Amino acid sequence: MTTNTPLLKADHVGIQFGGLKALSDVNIELYPGELIGLIGPNGAGKTTFFNLLTGVYEPTEGSIVLGNEKLNGLPPYKITRKGISRTFQNIRLFGELSVLDNVKVAYHSLARHSILSSIIRLPSHFSGEKEIEEKAIEFLKIFKLEGFMYEKAKNLPYGQQRRLEIARALAAHPKLLLLDEPAAGMNPQETKELMNLIAFIREKFNLTILLIEHDMSLVMGVCERIYVLDHGQLIAHGTPEEIRNHPKVIEAYLGEEVS
Amino acid sequence: MTIFKRINGFWLSMVLAIVFFIVVQLLISRGILNSFYINTLFYMAINIILAVSLHLIIGITGQFSIGHAGFLAVGAYASAVMTMKLQMPFSLALLAGGVTAAVAGLLIGIPTLRLKGDYLAIATLGFGEIVRIILLNVDYVGGASGMTVTHLTTWPWVFACMLIAIIVIANFTNSTHGRACISIREDEIAADSMGINTTYYKVTAFVIGSFFAGIAGGLYAHNFYIIQPTNFGFLKSFDILIFVVLGGLGSMSGAVIAAILLTVVSTFLQEYPETRMIIYSIVLILVMLYRPKGLLGTQELTSFFRLRKAVEGGKQNDNKHTVA
Ligand SMILES: Nc1ncnc2c1ncn2[C@@H]1O[C@H](COP(=O)(O)OP(=O)(O)OP(=O)(O)O)[C@@H](O)[C@H]1O
Ligand SMILES: [Mg+2]
Repeated sequence: MTTNTPLLKADHVGIQFGGLKALSDVNIELYPGELIGLIGPNGAGKTTFFNLLTGVYEPTEGSIVLGNEKLNGLPPYKITRKGISRTFQNIRLFGELSVLDNVKVAYHSLARHSILSSIIRLPSHFSGEKEIEEKAIEFLKIFKLEGFMYEKAKNLPYGQQRRLEIARALAAHPKLLLLDEPAAGMNPQETKELMNLIAFIREKFNLTILLIEHDMSLVMGVCERIYVLDHGQLIAHGTPEEIRNHPKVIEAYLGEEVS
Repeated sequence: MTIFKRINGFWLSMVLAIVFFIVVQLLISRGILNSFYINTLFYMAINIILAVSLHLIIGITGQFSIGHAGFLAVGAYASAVMTMKLQMPFSLALLAGGVTAAVAGLLIGIPTLRLKGDYLAIATLGFGEIVRIILLNVDYVGGASGMTVTHLTTWPWVFACMLIAIIVIANFTNSTHGRACISIREDEIAADSMGINTTYYKVTAFVIGSFFAGIAGGLYAHNFYIIQPTNFGFLKSFDILIFVVLGGLGSMSGAVIAAILLTVVSTFLQEYPETRMIIYSIVLILVMLYRPKGLLGTQELTSFFRLRKAVEGGKQNDNKHTVA
């Protein structure tokens, strides 16, 4: 294991919804630059874990620390500004907004011009908006989406929507990127392109990535380490090789193929 | 250059607006327009202010507020108290009406807009009724018999207020701040996760909207000789809501056009209030059947011209992505 300090540390994290314990005693450490997989059967609590990391829910037990800052209880927008951004299992783009505007929203927190300056159209409004626009266009070019710039996001083909969601998440300048089943609903060709994209952005943006994925070959192929959740608990953790042969994992996926 | 184009478009509309203003002013001062038409024009402008202010809250930010007449009432009474009881000038009274309504908006917005879900709808509905009942029972403002108000609203005042409301709300919308609001309308959880302080923007949009409703209230009060709590009931809120829904949620020009159309319709049907409600209902049903997204959908009037330009082979228009 690496000797440097973890970027993210989830310490005995759990959450209870009414009587249902959706997650309990989850310990996860992510080190800078890693690409880590999070797998588990349906309803295991993977998405719920993302919701805890991003502040959608507050954990009822345990602590989440990014760098050396505790994230518990912070609202989602503050957590994003501290460096965690995500995509969603069911794509959540701003459908009526253009592709360009979707990315511009991610740059909002960098805008320095005030509401008043926009209302009375001070020079700072124009320079601020221009800066956002230039950055957003530059960004879309990296993702080869500039051709769709003025399309409404909801009109993009499915694969491109996934791509845009990742681009938008990255435009928020995260240190840690959370991807919730990015390959869901993609054909093999699109999945392959997605994997190349993930490898590319990881390199280019110096990212740490936590990836939820159902496609086993995909997870096994790209992740350095894998955590396995089942019924709200971590049942295994290790290299793809260790996970593949782990008896508890095989049991959890009873009937499903783990290779 | 995008910026120059935008400025040109802006100044062109300003020139048109001012020409319209001068023509009407001349018609009024020469006595060519009779008081019926003048009154309809005033009423139209006031309704446009109400429509665009609610459009910001519902159409842009996606927060369902159904007690807009409450803010209209607050503005109307606050400004009437300023002129009638405190002998303040009309300009100050209008401002006071706007500010009082904005403060009311802040007080309702902060507790309800922190939550996700439609708490605002319930709170604003209650607010509208509470305001009406308080006004009914406060003798200082005349209770049920209302308050007599001097006629101070003039064409320059209504026109200027309407223009300011439109410009402020359009400029707000077409900026990173407006985009933040639209992102909340589109998907609040995603907006949150993109670093948008959603509570702040929901409250801000709500307060700006309330402010202009208050201004409209000041103009409304000083356009009649008397204001009564019954003028500001739920039906009034419903009228304003229809402007926004009929015009197309998210379209400011749609809200303006709907406000103009419905003002004309309701003015001509003033003597037959029952017929008016029937026609309103029929119009709404027809719109929902044939244009479920409202007259203009989320489009703006200007985007139709841009679209045509693009079809004619003009090069990609820089403004096409301008939001809502
Ligand atoms: N807000 C909530 N209220 C109550 N229960 C919830 C809530 N959110 C999640 N749960 C429950 O927590 C459990 C874990 O759900 P979660 O969505 O995290 O699973 P998952 O591992 O992402 O599954 P999938 O592979 O299907 O996406 C489920 O039983 C779900 O019903
Ligand atoms: Mg899930």
